Amino acid sequence: MSLWLTLAVNSVALGGLLFLLSSGFSLIFGLMRIPNLMHGSFFMLGAYLGVALLARGINFWIAALASAAAMALIGGLIERVLLRRLEGQVLPQVLLTLGFAFIIADVCLMLWTGDPWQPATPDHLRGAVQVAGLYFPLYRLVVVAVAVAIAIALWLLVDWTRLGAMIRAGVDDAPIARVVGIRVSQLFTLVFALGAALAGFGGVMGAPYLSVYPGLDFEMLPLALIVVILGGVGSLLGALVGSFLIGFLYNFGTALLPDLAYVILFLPMVLILVLRPQGLFGKVTT
Amino acid sequence: MARKLNRRTFLAGTAAGTAATALRFPAPAVAQAASFKIGLLTVKTGPLAQGGIQMEQGILTFLKEKANTLAGRKVELLIADTGGNPAGARTKAQEVIERDKVNVILGPLAAFELLAITDYVRDNATPLISLAAAEDVTQRRANPFIIRPSATSAQCCHVMGEYATKELKHRRAATISEDFAFGYEQMAGFQRVFEDSGGKVVKKLWPPLVTPDYTPFIAQIGNVDCVFNGFAGSNPVKFMRSYADLGLKAKTPLLAGWTAMDDALLRSLGDEAVGVVSAAFYSADFGSDSNKRFVAAMQKDYNVLPGGYSAGMYVAGQCVEAAIQALGAQADDRKALAEALHKVSLADTPRGAVKFDAYGNVVGDVFIRRCEKKGSALVNTVIKTYPNVSQFWTYNEKEFLANPVYTRDYPPARNLEN
Amino acid sequence: MIRPASRIASAAAAPALVVVLLATLPVWLGHHPYYVNIASQILLWAVAALALNVLVGYAGLVSLGHAALLAMAGYTVGLLLQAGYGHLAADLGAIAVTLAASAVFAVLALRSTGVGFLMITLALGQIVWGIAYRWAGLTNGDNGISLAARPAPFGLSLAGAEAFYYTALLIFLMALVSMRILVRSPFGASLAGTRDQPRRMTALGFNVWLIRFLAFLASGFWSGVAGLLYVYYHQFIAPPAAALTASAEILLMVISGGAATLLGPIAGAAIVVIMKNVASAYIERWNLVLGVIFILIISFMPEGLVPGSVRLARAAWVWLRARLPGREGRYTQERIS
Repeated sequence: MSLWLTLAVNSVALGGLLFLLSSGFSLIFGLMRIPNLMHGSFFMLGAYLGVALLARGINFWIAALASAAAMALIGGLIERVLLRRLEGQVLPQVLLTLGFAFIIADVCLMLWTGDPWQPATPDHLRGAVQVAGLYFPLYRLVVVAVAVAIAIALWLLVDWTRLGAMIRAGVDDAPIARVVGIRVSQLFTLVFALGAALAGFGGVMGAPYLSVYPGLDFEMLPLALIVVILGGVGSLLGALVGSFLIGFLYNFGTALLPDLAYVILFLPMVLILVLRPQGLFGKVTT
Repeated sequence: MARKLNRRTFLAGTAAGTAATALRFPAPAVAQAASFKIGLLTVKTGPLAQGGIQMEQGILTFLKEKANTLAGRKVELLIADTGGNPAGARTKAQEVIERDKVNVILGPLAAFELLAITDYVRDNATPLISLAAAEDVTQRRANPFIIRPSATSAQCCHVMGEYATKELKHRRAATISEDFAFGYEQMAGFQRVFEDSGGKVVKKLWPPLVTPDYTPFIAQIGNVDCVFNGFAGSNPVKFMRSYADLGLKAKTPLLAGWTAMDDALLRSLGDEAVGVVSAAFYSADFGSDSNKRFVAAMQKDYNVLPGGYSAGMYVAGQCVEAAIQALGAQADDRKALAEALHKVSLADTPRGAVKFDAYGNVVGDVFIRRCEKKGSALVNTVIKTYPNVSQFWTYNEKEFLANPVYTRDYPPARNLEN
Repeated sequence: MIRPASRIASAAAAPALVVVLLATLPVWLGHHPYYVNIASQILLWAVAALALNVLVGYAGLVSLGHAALLAMAGYTVGLLLQAGYGHLAADLGAIAVTLAASAVFAVLALRSTGVGFLMITLALGQIVWGIAYRWAGLTNGDNGISLAARPAPFGLSLAGAEAFYYTALLIFLMALVSMRILVRSPFGASLAGTRDQPRRMTALGFNVWLIRFLAFLASGFWSGVAGLLYVYYHQFIAPPAAALTASAEILLMVISGGAATLLGPIAGAAIVVIMKNVASAYIERWNLVLGVIFILIISFMPEGLVPGSVRLARAAWVWLRARLPGREGRYTQERIS
């Protein structure tokens, strides 16, 4: 009994983390159609920056926000200087983002060595929640709360603000958005920076239980891809549902079908893509 | 972290020599006739870089201590980055053998890398001193050109199997390790001795090598006296935090193989590791003279506590030195060198006395350590030493080899419960 | 339009020169087995990149699962040889298995295009990788499968570096020629049509799905051939051969060299193999340098290294000619012709 309860609670917890990871990817991909293959690298670099700040005794939340800001700057710069010249050219975008993924991975290895780093869980978030014989770390529930808060904030941003209206216009039809006077170019930079910041923030939030180590980037990237593809391209709601769906699939799948542990995420993904190529919440693209 | 000896090609001494190797094309014979070439197959990029960088530090520390002269021979170290995959190991083995014509190879790091090149080094008659643990390379597929001064996968785990029943009085155990050969061999060794000395392994869990979250596995552990884990690389850090976070640390003691509690890993770990008992072929607090020198030098040059990866390469360097000493002018004969390496017997290494069995695997001490907190730092304190442990443990060698190599399902686990 | 004889001669001379250069390459490399082996690796990855280019370049379908096809051929050879079959049977079996797998991949992945196609191939590749890892009873897990020896067709042993190089060269040239034929054929034209104007192609009565399916099979066939070269070259196959990173590497070769060109993937293969295996001996941070190279290529030649260099060289030539005295007349004349 306690096994199933633990799995269920952990599914939600993992889903929260996955949303922090993939919401930025979803935003970028939805608006700009850029397959950002350095998204996992943003997550990892953000986590490393967070670890470095925490080691200097900086408050956890400040470290997470600072790390997010740094990633926004880096992401914004890459978009402004390089990516924008490749609008609509998928192959060069793939090459560019993978090139940066190589560079970020190697720079991290150089700066932080190959050792894994795992910051201590912040003091005020330590401890466990005990309900009905279940023992569950408080911190992971905090991650879920943060993920939900960010989901609400993003929803408010996209659905209720002027900026959000512009983003939606851009997602629906960028050329028309341009015609009606939306400065799509600045919008792109802003959204790319925001996506990078979300990844960096997620990296810091994940660090106390994922730890940070070389290779984290390419472990996270497929997860972000799966969530977004499953949920549907360009749909934040899809990313949210996809995150929790993957959380449950991963937890119960690996526990119930250990022999399928390697394919437990990819098999359903193939199925869904074959049956519904636009994803669960995606619009049919014409 | 700054590394002082940050050169792909590390040649002590003359500037002329450095210039010749900087090009690394087949250099004129005059420039290199005298130097003895050691090729290091290690991993400096990608997810396995952690252990690979330590291997490099270990051998560099040894060569620095010896001023790059072993038994009167100038030594040249050629470092090759395999990237941590079999194809890379193969290509880099070709590089150091065919292009650089090294006298001996140290490394590689991972079992699957070693298995990709064992036939190749034999066909090309180049001695290799392995760190990788793949059991069969010094058992059923023993190779006259390979010795292993570190340990087979199961060598330390056999010891832990006995310690867990005899000393810790555990009766029911769960095992958890990555789903790959190094994990299978470790867990099989533990299970065999643990069950032969009265215990029962009731649960075996195999998370994939890349596992974002160990919780679904840890949640299945159930009612046992102890959990033996064999994680490697960066996984132990992630695993132990989850283990503690889920409240098991207080309930069920955690035991570990050498990679899971390697001394070099301690600075990445926190309170969750305190109390974990591990079995290892090397311990930084071991009191031999060479180990004191080694630990001091590693701390001075790299500001790290050395672990099994770097110690393994330091000992490998000592083996090379002893073999050159034994052969004298004959040391360039690779076949003779391989034979001499098998006969090496060292009284003082950072891991204690070292000699090799007929299959080229080390017979040496295995330490049982308990992780403690001293000040703000973690240390593994040796609580018991098992001397002269063979890869066959106390089993009869012939019977041992007549059985299949350790795998996921061998020896069969007869006491599993759901 | 009649082309001058000299033009025809030069059009034939360039490939002939390249073939002669490649055929005598071991001589230029001083018969050094290590460098000859590196050349063999470039050829084998060039075949893999050419195979992927059929989809990425000519069909506009970006696959991130091709290493799995290559690995499947390698595993089949390893397993059939272990089971006691001869090399010929093993090779044919491997090609058959790879073609069958390609057909399955194609049926599933061609449900969509664009990123959907990329994701399905990625997922299928990961599934193959997972099976190679997990089904240890068949594949020997991460320990991989070793091959006792390379084959000796017609009594010619391929054990030596040069013998293998010439075999790889022969196969590479066959791949190259077949690619050229494919691209110039009516099928190649309709394939490009499905890439650029899929709706118009459908309206014109072409079966777009079938054209793409056949392209996938052609791509799968040559990936299988590359897999044979891979497994015979390394005499070893293990799960990393099927990993996502391996698939990404082949894709990077195609894009960096220049997709939809014949020579681009070859140049890309050369860059990656040389950086990874040769330059890594001198440059500790070779991954960083490789990343920078990719970004430089994209910044200055978004179309890839080979077409980009040709464009830049042409531009430089035009610029130079315009500034050389007394050449204007000839320049305009040539422009008109």
